[in-house]
Amino acid sequence: MARQEWEDEYRKILQAFLRGRGEDQLYLGQQLSKWLRAHHVAPEEIVDFHVRALAETVELPELVKDSFQLLTEVMIEYGIAFREYRSLRSRQQQLESEIEVAATMQQTLLPRTSPQFDQVEIGLISVPAKQMSGDYYNFAKHDDQVFSVALADIIGKGIPAALCMSMIKYAMDSFLDQRITPAAMLGRLNGVVERNIEPGMFITMFYGMYDTCLHRFRYAVAGHEPGFWYRASKGRLYDLESRGLVLGVTPDVDYQEYEIDIEPGDLLILMTDGVTERKVGGRFLQRENIADLIQAEIGSPAQQIAENLYRKLLLLSNLELPDDHTMIVIRRVV
Amino acid sequence: MNITMQTIAIQNGTKLLVAGEVDAHTAPQLSDQLVPLVQRPANQSVVVDLAEVSYLDSTGLGVFVGALKLSQQTGCRLSIQNVTPRIERLFRITGLIDIIPVTPRAESVAGQQDQASLQKRFDVVSADPKEEP
Repeated sequence: MARQEWEDEYRKILQAFLRGRGEDQLYLGQQLSKWLRAHHVAPEEIVDFHVRALAETVELPELVKDSFQLLTEVMIEYGIAFREYRSLRSRQQQLESEIEVAATMQQTLLPRTSPQFDQVEIGLISVPAKQMSGDYYNFAKHDDQVFSVALADIIGKGIPAALCMSMIKYAMDSFLDQRITPAAMLGRLNGVVERNIEPGMFITMFYGMYDTCLHRFRYAVAGHEPGFWYRASKGRLYDLESRGLVLGVTPDVDYQEYEIDIEPGDLLILMTDGVTERKVGGRFLQRENIADLIQAEIGSPAQQIAENLYRKLLLLSNLELPDDHTMIVIRRVV
Repeated sequence: MNITMQTIAIQNGTKLLVAGEVDAHTAPQLSDQLVPLVQRPANQSVVVDLAEVSYLDSTGLGVFVGALKLSQQTGCRLSIQNVTPRIERLFRITGLIDIIPVTPRAESVAGQQDQASLQKRFDVVSADPKEEP
């Protein structure tokens, strides 16, 4: 609709309304208003045309006609605010579009599949609290026998965390070929992160290597939320022993390495703090509560355990996801 | 969520008293207060008292990491005191407790009641990390 057309339409509606003062004309006026707003017609333009259309329709006293000059002046400020809103809206849409592209790109940093073995199952769930996640995970198959698993949580959420994720991913990729121990991997990553990260940022990380023939799991931890180990023969859960400074705080850190033998039916449950930092009825869940929920899932396939725990925790926290939630479940089947 | 802060002079430095919740929204306010304190040449020691802080997340820890790095440049000694068991756990898990002196506060009666109520609600089966499997 060109300017002439909306003016004709406005005049027609106004004249019909003044003749009969019907609801239909008011409805048509609302519809025209939506169109005018969508096509960025400023409020002062509408007032200006209103007075012209009115003068064409009825004998308008000079006093009334002049009063519209004041109204037009007042509307000019609204017009400026309207144009500012349009500009902000346009920038917001552009940012949203860029974030959407970045979120899609971020997904390419994460593996789409996990390594497959006859005797070991791997379950995974990773849900971002916002569009972009601060949780990073990776699996790598070193040969037919050994695979590695990494789980990291970058401080904060959103775009800054996502940018750090790419640094971790590419640094880790460069070290994976060298098949270094978990402690050495964290030591080297710490060096990269410390040199490249903002002073107030850090990354927590768990890195482990599973030998599927020996069923031996070696791991090291950089300030990451401790995982759980379910020992099937005892029928109970234990904390995965861990100690180590977060990545990025000091340049040289020696990480301690731990080793456990995994028996048939045993589970390793690794997670980020988004899993544990949940409020239920105004109070934070305790680690023991998470252990209790895990106990109820023992016996299920690894993927099902990860998905069921996510659902249960989401229900307990009134469907709120305050932080990125990532859980990896490794289960020795036989 | 909001925080309030107050500084008091102590021997050779400053104590920063913080009250409220430290999260992604309030952490910049804490940083704005803490960073100038560790950079002030007259401060040989900066003590952050978290007695009235009920919640602190990883972005709050990030403020202390940033302040620690600056304090190492200026020679100022940064320490944290009166943290709740939950906040102390955060410092312990992240390993920061090994590089920033952190003093816990005595657990309050109210805190013990909260824990008892939660355990009852969830019928907790506690995993004892001390016992060897």
